[in-house]
This record gives sequence, C-alpha cells and structure tokens, in this order.
Amino acid sequence: MIEFDDVSIRYTYDASPIIAGLTLTITEGEFVLVLGPTGSGKSTLLGAINGLVPHFTGGVVNGDIRVDGRSTSNNRPRDLADVVGVVPQDPLASFVTDTVEEELAYTMECLGIAPTVMRRRVEETLDLLGLEELRHRPLRSLSGGQRQRVAIGAVLTAHPRVLVLDEPTSALDPGAAEEVLAALHRLVHDLGVTVVLAEHRLERVIQYADRVIALGAPGTPTTIGDPATIMTTAAIAPPVVHLGRVAGWDPTPVTVRDARRQASTLRHLLLGHVPPVRPVPDSDEVAHLRDVSVRYGSTTALRSVSLSLRAGEVVALMGRNGAGKSTLLHSLVGRSPVSGGTIDVSGTDPATLDGPALVHRVGLVPQEPGDLLETSTVAEECAASDRDAGCDAGTTRALLALLAPEITDSTHPRDLSEGQRLLLALCIVLASRPTVICLDEPTRGLDYATKDRLAGIVTDLADAGHAIVLATHDVELAAVLSSRVVIVADGEVVADGPTSEVITSSPMFAPQVAKVLAPQTWLSVEQVRRALDTQPPHKDSA
Amino acid sequence: MTTTTIGHRAPKQRLAGSALRNVDDRRWLHPVAWWSWAIGLAAAASTTTNPLLLVGLIVVAAVVVDRRKPDAPWARSFTFFLRLAVIVVVFRVLMQVIFVAPIGTTLLIDLPGITLPSWLAGIRLGGSIMLEPLLNALYEGLRLAAILVAVGAASSLASPSRLLKSVPAAIYEIGVSVVVATTFLPQLASDVARIRGNRRLRGRRDSGLRGVGGTVMPVLHGAMDRSITLAAAMDSRGYGRTDTVSPTARRLTAATLVAAVVLATIGTYGLLGTGSATVWGPGLLLAGLACAFVSVALAGRRSVRTRYRPNAWKAPDVATACAGAATAIVFLVAGRFDASGMNPSTAPAQWPSVPLLALLGLLVAVLPAFVSPQPPRDAGDHA
Repeated sequence: MIEFDDVSIRYTYDASPIIAGLTLTITEGEFVLVLGPTGSGKSTLLGAINGLVPHFTGGVVNGDIRVDGRSTSNNRPRDLADVVGVVPQDPLASFVTDTVEEELAYTMECLGIAPTVMRRRVEETLDLLGLEELRHRPLRSLSGGQRQRVAIGAVLTAHPRVLVLDEPTSALDPGAAEEVLAALHRLVHDLGVTVVLAEHRLERVIQYADRVIALGAPGTPTTIGDPATIMTTAAIAPPVVHLGRVAGWDPTPVTVRDARRQASTLRHLLLGHVPPVRPVPDSDEVAHLRDVSVRYGSTTALRSVSLSLRAGEVVALMGRNGAGKSTLLHSLVGRSPVSGGTIDVSGTDPATLDGPALVHRVGLVPQEPGDLLETSTVAEECAASDRDAGCDAGTTRALLALLAPEITDSTHPRDLSEGQRLLLALCIVLASRPTVICLDEPTRGLDYATKDRLAGIVTDLADAGHAIVLATHDVELAAVLSSRVVIVADGEVVADGPTSEVITSSPMFAPQVAKVLAPQTWLSVEQVRRALDTQPPHKDSA
Repeated sequence: MTTTTIGHRAPKQRLAGSALRNVDDRRWLHPVAWWSWAIGLAAAASTTTNPLLLVGLIVVAAVVVDRRKPDAPWARSFTFFLRLAVIVVVFRVLMQVIFVAPIGTTLLIDLPGITLPSWLAGIRLGGSIMLEPLLNALYEGLRLAAILVAVGAASSLASPSRLLKSVPAAIYEIGVSVVVATTFLPQLASDVARIRGNRRLRGRRDSGLRGVGGTVMPVLHGAMDRSITLAAAMDSRGYGRTDTVSPTARRLTAATLVAAVVLATIGTYGLLGTGSATVWGPGLLLAGLACAFVSVALAGRRSVRTRYRPNAWKAPDVATACAGAATAIVFLVAGRFDASGMNPSTAPAQWPSVPLLALLGLLVAVLPAFVSPQPPRDAGDHA
C-alpha cells in the first residue's frame, strides 16, 4: 500500500538529511507505529506519505514514495486526498467548517462525490465512530476526544485506504485516548484500513501496533520490525518494557497482559518489600484554597474546591479534559473569576497582587509555554525575565544553563523544540524563586528523554522546598513524580490522597507497573529496581 | 471503563430521539432568502425619511431577529449593528450641532459660535441651534441606521457557512477564504486575551501601549501557525482539486469573460454618460451581465466540488424573500401617492403622519417572523 524506495529527505540542499536511505513497504490493513525522539523526523515521514513533504513544506525528496501505486512526486496532497486521510495533531486548528455533520462531508465535497453517496457515508461514519448524538453540534463545543474522533471521521468519509495520524492522543486524558484508539483499532480490523501513527506515549498505543518504525536521532539508522523485537533493544520504551528488562523476562512484554503472565515470580520476589514512595511532607502549609467556586459566564468551572499545599510536595492534578484542572491552577495565580471562597498563597490572596510581589509567591508555566515568550532571542528573553522579577541580572540565564545547557543565546524562542521552550518558560518562572510552582500539562508532546529531565528538575525543586502542582494527563509521570494526587471531575475534587493510594485503585489512572504488579502498590520501574537491588528476596511465606 | 466514559460524555439516547422528531419543523431558512428580505427592508428604508416608518422598520427587523435568531456565535452580531446604528444617529446629529447651518426659523438653544478664518475654509463652529436642520439630520441619521440594522439582521439570521454553499463554484475558493477569515477574528481576540493574561505570570504590570507591543508578536506567531496548519489540512483534504477541461471550453470561458467586461463597460458609459442615447446603455449592461453569468457557470465546470445537503428553497423561503421585495415596492408606490407623508417636511417642522399604505408594507415585512421555520436547536455552544 505504501512503498518507500531508498528515500532521503532534507529541507535544504546543504542540510544533512532528516531521513536517509529509508526503504520500507507497508501492506494493506497494517497498523504501523512510528516512534523516535523529538527531531528524529517523525512528522517528516508522516508528511511524506501524502506529499505534504515536499509539496507543502518545501524540501528535497530523493527516491520514490508510492501510495496505492501513485507516486507522491507528481501527485500533490489534494490529488491524494482520496487515498490518504491525514488527521493532524490539533484537530480544532484544522477544522474547516463549523458543525460536525458539515465537517464530515467536507472532504467528500472537495472530491466531488455524488450527494446521495455523501449523505449515506456521513450517516455510516456517524454510527461507526459513535458521533450520532453530536451531529449538529458546533465543533468548538466538543471535548478533546470527540474532536479527535470527528477529525478521524472527517477523513474517513472519503474512504481512504491509508490513515496517517500525528500524535492523536497527546492532548487527551486517558479515557478519551482509549476512546480514540479503540475507534482506530476497529477501523484496522473491520475495514482493513492501513494506519500509520506517530506517538510519544508508547504505553498508550504499542499494544495496537503490528509493526514499529523506530527512527533514531538524525544520522543513526532506522530500525523496523515487530513491536516485541524492537522493544528488546529500543531506548524509547514504555514502562512495561523497562519492567521486563529489570526483571529479566524473555520475550520482552509489550502489553500489560503479556507482562502479567510472567509477573508472578516478580510479585513473589517483591513480597515484603515496601515501595519506596516520595513521602507526603509534614511541613508548613504554604497555600490553600477554601471552598473556591469559579464561574465563566453561565458555566461553573469549579464548585467549592478546597485544597492545601505544603512546602516540598509535588501534587498531581488529574481528570478529564475540561474538568477544571487549568482553572484551579489559574485561581492559584489569581487569574480566575472567583465567585466564592478564599484563596491564600503565603498569606495573601493572589488576585490582589501583581508584579514581583506576585511572581515571588507563585509561578505558572501555561499550557502553551510559548505564550510567555515575546522577544526574538533567548538572551533577550532572559534579560527581560530578570527585569520583570526584579532579580539580579543573569539569574535566568544561569538557571537556563543549568537546566538546558544546549540552548544558545542567539536562538529564536520559536525555533526551540517543544521541550526546550518549556524549559525556557520554566526558567523564567523560576527566576523569582516562587514558593508555589504550577505546571499546566507540561509533558504534552515531550519525548521520554525530555520527560525524564523534567522529572529530575521537578524533584530537585521539591527537595529545595518549593510546593509544586502539576496538571497532567500523563499517569506515568504522575506515578514517578508526585507525592499526592488530586482527581478533579466536573469542577469538584473527587479524590485527594497519597499517590500510591489514589492512582493504583483507579483503572483509568493506574500506571502500567501498578497494573502488572497489582494487588501490590508499585508505581514505577525505578521503585522495583531499587527494591530488587537493595535486599535479597524474601523467602518467608506471606 | 471505556464504556462508562463514553456513556458519561454522550448525551442520552432519549435526546437523540426528540431531536429526530424535530427535524421537519426546525431547519435553516435559505440564507439568500434572509438576505433578499433584508435588502428589501434596506431599499424600503432608503425611500423614506419619515422617522415613524424608519423606527417601524428597525422594530420589524428586531422582532424578526428576536424570533428567528439561532443560538450561534455569529448570530450575536445583531447587537453590534444596533449599537452602530445608535452611534450613526448620534454622530449625525452632533455634526449638525457643531457645524451649524445658518438656516431655519425655530430657535432651540442660543449658543456662542465662532467662524474659523478663511484659510481654514471659513467653517462656522457652534452657534444657535435651529430645530429644522436638526430634525433633518435626525431623519437622515435614522435612515442610515435603518439600513444598517437591516444588514445586521441578515448577518445574524443567515449562517455565513450556509451562505457559502450558495456561492457559484467558480468563486467558491474566494468564499472559503472569506469565511475562514471571519472565524479567525474571534479566535484572534481570545488569543490576545489569553496572552495578555499570561503577561501577568511574568510579573508585568504595564497595560498601556508597551503591553500591547508585547502581545503583538506572540499573537501574530499564533495566527501564522494556525493558518499554516489549516492550509496543510485543507490541502490534504482535497481543497482546490480541479478537473481537466477541454481547451475549447477554456477558450470559451475566457471569451465570455472578456465580452462581459467590454459590454458592461460600454453599457455603464451609456447609462451614466451625458448626451448619449439612454436606450442602448441598459441593454448593453444587461447583455454584459448575462455574459458574466455564462462565464462564471463555465468556469465553475473546472471545479469538481459537489454540495452536501444544499440549502432547500421551499415555500417559507420564497415567502420571506418576497416579503422583503414587497415591502420595498409598497414603500416606492407609497412615495408616488403620498410624497409628503414619506418625506415629511422639516421646514416648517411638522409632526409626521404615517401613510396607511406604508404601514401595510411594515406588516408585510414582519411576516417572516411567523412564516419562516425555527433554526435548528443544536446550533449553539454547549460549553
């Protein structure tokens, strides 16, 4: 269905190729997962399948790429629209019409499909993806998972043979992600659609993949193979694979189910060990919300929420898209229209503060870290940050050198990778040493390496006595990082307790390690590794 | 677990059933019908300066909008147009007060005035305010306001994206850019709000000009990124696919287009130019328009597009469009029979009376509020 014949892609003539000498054949009905660190060319590879690279993005493509027998060199993306359906990373930014039904019909209208056929296919697709109830809804009013399903449906109505998806679940909560992946799984199995998907969060998708294309950093070879084989050696792997390596399992488990079958000995070995968790500190309360309600117009975003934060703890806020996580963080920096209750950060209501007085108490890295950046070089950005926070010149730059030494002064902030931009925004917030640090969805679009780096930084900050709140959909991150988990649903706090208690008891929020080793409450591979290293296995009965 | 999540997100089955039952009585009126009605109202407004009739037209537009306005973001534009109308009236009257014309007999207020020196055009500022020119200004302001309100009514009743469906294939792609641009503006506004809010997170206080300067770059970057994303998505989905057309058809399209332009130019000259026969002017202009029509239709054949659920054109749509046209005609006829009623005298100032025939026109104009179908219920935001 898709053939790459010795394909090399570079964006300018003198640059080194992003993809070099790639030969591969993807057959019909295959589910192929593309993985690799940031900058390894995942998006380039996906874009090459429907000709966006080079027709839309520019660049030089050597070698031949054929999709359903048609070469992308003389077929533009619009000419391939009937064969390849592309689901972009941010569905909302790529919707053309304004209601669900019209969006589903749009591709067919462009292709000139007869009105009666269009009508029938729209109905079929509404049923196939469970969108019937939403047909007249404006696209802006949909939840993240619904939008993603509409985006899939919108290309599916044209009956493409190939679906290309770029990080379809990165912005979704675990439930919505499962919803989308289940829909994809069904398409592959029932309709024989070929799916090519790129994703950083392997733990969510790898069990669906038939084959994996592992792209390395530019210059390193690409490996292609079935998931289990690739996973025995890959540097990028989900926690369950790392657990398999620590436990020395063979074959390497790829799914929680595989791992559980082999896990009985490990569970036995770990009997009597207590998982070393990050303790909930017994320090002073540095901030609290008491019965806080927030309303935006006629919608209530928070209903009398109470929460207290102590110095040195890491609190993970979890819950569906739109449950009120971001609103909660914004009320901590005094940016929400609070309609009731009291907020207190180091003795003051943040809404009454501004300037240095505010940023010394509480800092927030927003969901789009780029929103904080407004100059044209990293150096200027750092200088501006020192001025804003009223601290000594060079403070921000020194922090940046510590957290991200590879970022150079003259780089334009927009040219940084997603992860680097996040770290720069974090340094700007940290410059004023705020007591409370809030991070909104910090790991969206980050690869495992950057995520590990962020986890290290956050742990150090907590050890230094900052209180840290992070809103996240990433259960694995919450499991590794947080001492306490707060689950928010429909504007209310529905669970608040130590990480090991809250997330291991929830099927939706449990990390892979917890699922494999249940009923024991292990959260991360690191905990298991440390337990195995420290003591010889217990032989006593339990 | 997945199933419970889906169950939680989706509305209940029962609701879907009730929505289905309503499919027949709730539908979108054809956007062209709304625009014809509104243009009729605007044309009617332009024939009169009778303040009672003009206020009547504004009220009619407001009643229809109130009864048939869908709950969608673009439908909120009517209040904007109402405000604009008020500003126009106030501005027109204020101008009259400032740049007083020394005519009229009924003195309202005696204010001191100055006459600017001749090198400043000798304009007279201030001075005694007379009733007659003030009334005149008020009536003219009202007329413009009524026209604005009619346009506002159409733009909040007719969905821009549904109007797009009725655009000829040849200029469809221009239409798309316009509609996309209109959805970008509100997005841009919310970007500005978000980024300005985020400046607080850096400890900035400045909210003046410097504050604006700081938000421009991120906002523009965001808009640029979004445009590129949208363009890539549209390209991937087949936007701009064309059919190959035979060379003969291509040449025919070009020929009719040139003919249309030439005929229309000569026709316009004949119509507006002085001293020439006025018979062939309109004729040539009409021929030119006909050629343009043919050309657009031929050019449209290059497009492969089809339309999903095109706008229906049924009895209520015809009735709405006719109501607009009828109002305009009735106002025109009323002007023939009762010129002083339609354009009440301001010098001497008289209390205006309402011509009965024009009142009938107003009654016709309000008909769409009752004969047109309700818009679908689900059009609004469900946050």
